[in-house]
Amino acid sequence: MADELLFGLYIFVLAAFVGYQVITRVPPLLHTPLMSGTNAISGISLVGSLVAAGAHYNTVSTVLGLIAVTCATINVVGGFMITDRMLKMFKRREGDPS
Amino acid sequence: MRTFLIQVAYLAASVLFILGLRGLSSPETARRGNLLAAMGMLLAIVGTLFHKDIISYEWIIVGMVIGSAIGAAMAIFMPMTAMPERIALSHSFGGLAAALVGVSEYYRHAGELGAVKMTAIGFEVLLGALTFTGSLMAFGKLQGLITGVPVTYRFQNSSNISLLMISLGIIGYMIFVPSQHVLFYLMLVLGFLIGVLLVLPIGGADMPVVISLLNSYAGLAAAATGFVLSNNILIISGALDGASGFLLSVIMSKAMNRSFTNVVFGAFGSVAETAPAETGSATGGVNEGTIEDAATVLWNAQAVIIVPGYGMAVSQAQHALRELADLLDSANVTVKYAIHPVAGRMPGHMNVLLAEANVAYDQLYDLDDINGEFSRTDAVLVVGANDVVNPAAKRNPTSPIYGMPVLNVEEARAVIVLKRSMKPGFAGIENELFVQPNTMMVFGDAKRTLTKLVEALKK
Repeated sequence: MADELLFGLYIFVLAAFVGYQVITRVPPLLHTPLMSGTNAISGISLVGSLVAAGAHYNTVSTVLGLIAVTCATINVVGGFMITDRMLKMFKRREGDPS
Repeated sequence: MRTFLIQVAYLAASVLFILGLRGLSSPETARRGNLLAAMGMLLAIVGTLFHKDIISYEWIIVGMVIGSAIGAAMAIFMPMTAMPERIALSHSFGGLAAALVGVSEYYRHAGELGAVKMTAIGFEVLLGALTFTGSLMAFGKLQGLITGVPVTYRFQNSSNISLLMISLGIIGYMIFVPSQHVLFYLMLVLGFLIGVLLVLPIGGADMPVVISLLNSYAGLAAAATGFVLSNNILIISGALDGASGFLLSVIMSKAMNRSFTNVVFGAFGSVAETAPAETGSATGGVNEGTIEDAATVLWNAQAVIIVPGYGMAVSQAQHALRELADLLDSANVTVKYAIHPVAGRMPGHMNVLLAEANVAYDQLYDLDDINGEFSRTDAVLVVGANDVVNPAAKRNPTSPIYGMPVLNVEEARAVIVLKRSMKPGFAGIENELFVQPNTMMVFGDAKRTLTKLVEALKK
């Protein structure tokens, strides 16, 4: 059990480190799309909710799972869509190809 | 074998998430990055549907259909000015989802949970609950449903800290006695309460920091879910989200020259209540100009820098502003936009609003990139910005915003300020820029003034 925790912590720390490195490179220009994009990514909690909603452990878990699936799906679908809608608007000056 | 394939899907999804974020380092690659991340998500979801515990799909389908419909509708119809509200809402959904999965796991295994799982569930539920209510509060404040003025009372900080300590104490106790149902649900309620109380004293001007901070909490809640379910992709995504929120909070705090603790415990903006008595004095030497005066200054300039603030967004003036800039551009006047990191209500908000109005992103300049240029600029047009152009931040050590990085607008040859009235901004601080001899104030609604300016320039 301690092994499992340690393993999880390894992953957490390394991922946070990678995240920090990658995200420091995002220019302030794109900070809003960054936030809505990471928001969509954190909708990954959907994978936990899916199991709760589909496993028939008991009624309470199923109901909570159903609500959680709905909430997480809103974030996933809405998050990626609105990020794309925003990014589509960022354009260079016309006739300035460089 | 099935578990192995699911894990492979998760691994691929993690890589795609990181590549997706990597794409956001440039507007050229950003859209592709977002698409990669979305593909990663699809992969992870499809993989999960093969999980051995899932025996029926009816509720999954119901939840996903409802969620997709709401999510898509929000993504299509939300105006860009409402982005901060949308983000706050989605943080609250994320928090709620994490808290509910935590409750479900506790309900299922109560009593037989090991120390590690119990701790993880505790953090997941507490963080999820406080992110849920805290984000709803932030949404309410942004939407104007709740007063944007900080609400303070005696012993506020000490009572908040005590509540947090009690919750952590409950988690600590439950590691040894996991079957204490009542305590567990008490902690859930405390989490909801703490979320409300944490955001209550935070003023409208600090919203960019709060939203970033809640982003970070939502990420940590997702990571805690990963520890509960022993699910690595949740841990990875949660860590990415947490790191991003944390980094943005730090950047925002720096842009306001405030420390983290100061934002959370400082109730900034409460000065607004005491300030009005003094504001009268600043109106003394105001140099008010007409539309024609402003048009003449702009027309005779060779280079113009535009400084948009939240006032521009409020009056939806970005399209009129772009029209003005196009007109100047066609007369060979160089136009640049100076964007302060906290212009708008969330990180990067102003850039999105201008991009929506078809302003090319290579005309948008960051504080550091443009600050040296003001002294070489003929005219600056300030549209609905206030604190971010206040020279008091550099000159007056007694000013509440002293030390905050500001745009060196006052160094330009001429400054035109479009403003509704002499009323001070969010922070309730006087602005000496407005009484400088080279400043011309044009009062009125930004959109109407800009439209008239465009007409005047066309003549």
